[in-house]
Amino acid sequence: MNDPSIETVGMDSLIVRLFDSIDEEHMPWMLAADHALREAFGEALIDLVPSYTTLLVHYDIQRLDLQAARARVSEALKGLTPATSGEGQRHVIPVWYDVSVGPELERIAERLGVSHEDVIARHCARDYSVFALGFAPGYAFMGRLDDELATPRLKTPRQQVAAGSVAIAERQTAVYPTLSPGGWNIIGRTPVALFGRDREGYSLFRPGDKVRFEAISREAFIEQGGDSTPLAERGDTPTEAQT
Amino acid sequence: MKGLIVERAGPLALVQDGGRFGVRHLGVTQGGAADWVSLGWANWLLGNAPQTPGVEITVGGLVLYAETSATLALTGADLGATLDDAPLPPGTRFTISAGQRLAFESPRTGLRAYLAFPGGLDAMPVLGSVASTVRESLGGLDGQGRVLDEGDCLTWAGTTGAERTLPSSMGTLPGDGERVMLALVSGAQIADFSGTSVFEAFNTPWQVDQRADRMGVRLTGPELRYLGEGMVSEGIPLGAVQVPADGQPIVLLNDRQTIGGYPRLGALTPLACARLAQCQPDTEVWLTPVAARQARDAHLRQLACWR
Repeated sequence: MNDPSIETVGMDSLIVRLFDSIDEEHMPWMLAADHALREAFGEALIDLVPSYTTLLVHYDIQRLDLQAARARVSEALKGLTPATSGEGQRHVIPVWYDVSVGPELERIAERLGVSHEDVIARHCARDYSVFALGFAPGYAFMGRLDDELATPRLKTPRQQVAAGSVAIAERQTAVYPTLSPGGWNIIGRTPVALFGRDREGYSLFRPGDKVRFEAISREAFIEQGGDSTPLAERGDTPTEAQT
Repeated sequence: MKGLIVERAGPLALVQDGGRFGVRHLGVTQGGAADWVSLGWANWLLGNAPQTPGVEITVGGLVLYAETSATLALTGADLGATLDDAPLPPGTRFTISAGQRLAFESPRTGLRAYLAFPGGLDAMPVLGSVASTVRESLGGLDGQGRVLDEGDCLTWAGTTGAERTLPSSMGTLPGDGERVMLALVSGAQIADFSGTSVFEAFNTPWQVDQRADRMGVRLTGPELRYLGEGMVSEGIPLGAVQVPADGQPIVLLNDRQTIGGYPRLGALTPLACARLAQCQPDTEVWLTPVAARQARDAHLRQLACWR
């Protein structure tokens, strides 16, 4: 871990910067810092938003001024040790990989000059770390992807990407929790619900979790409650809310 | 239960409160009244806590029919509101009688009006708030983030406090000919912008663009140049002034995404965000630097008004 920097980013918010680059090895430190900051701020914390290399601390200015908030951050990070790797949860996410629900499966296979099965096998071959949640409730940015699978975002984002769509962009992968616009390459769909107001903690994925994808058949997908409606064609107009 | 029936919804009327907090790490946006100061005053007029649920009416077009009599409060933008055709200026507590209609036409000054109800509007909190975020399908009357629609019934359960009159000069709307000054706590990547850009940011007028909504407001003016390296996405506070590659800043408001990777000059104060939320397209605004401590003092003074 670098010497953490504490940066003012607004009237009531600080960014705590721990690293400069994205790396799975950083996650145990990020988890430890998340935990320590929550503890240190207690009731004075309004929101804490970890993301890859930083944590945004939104504190209650009725309880703390800037100096006091900075002091709490420094105190919290003193003698920080990385969380043990077992702390995040492990998930196995079933995915029906098919061009009808994941049109870019074709594009990626073509580019690599391999079969669909080969692309699927590579996507399923490793554990991904959840680096950050953002873009939409329960949307988890995961990586790192197999170098060869890395694919740039679509030039024209789709206006509608179905819930459960499994996606790739650059060296990251993600699942769209709900119907939303999106510019990532879609290669399949999971029947698993990722975000729900009745789920404990609301989001299935948390930063630091490990996720592995597992290919299932169309039959199994439907049996598990999946919606097999083909993905709509690419939209013409880019929308503002997209990733 | 009797209440106010939505006869016409208009383009955008939303149930809002102070926002959804404690869940932003899950990717859930903050939401809440874009002009939280006006919502605060509307509630204050009725004796409610400042960020009690009410209705945010953007641009106008809403028509409500009263099935029952009620004392309500209206603040924020002047959207040409009428009570059975009699003009109803904002900044008032008023009584609507059974059978009367409250109608909003179109903006005279400002963009967003706030309607408060005795004890607060009835709505089921989702993830701790009734704030409607359409994109996330959270909040509102049905919990699904829906905008108000024809046939919806607005109800409330509380009673009204003692009569109150607004103090003068409390609003978020600029007076005639007054410059709109938006206080900005500088920070984040401001050191990585060119010196000229930092000078221009604070010394030239900015135009509020047509591309403005509850997620963000685009400003147009001189092209700001960021000289730093590409960024890894990080958490974004309310009011963050981000500068994408075209050099034209976007002020991120209540419904912003929770993380983002564009360089920022810092963030407008929440008070400045409330003022910006009332600026019509083409309004000229100025960014003015303010120390975090001054910003906090001003914010606490605002909260103290409602005690």
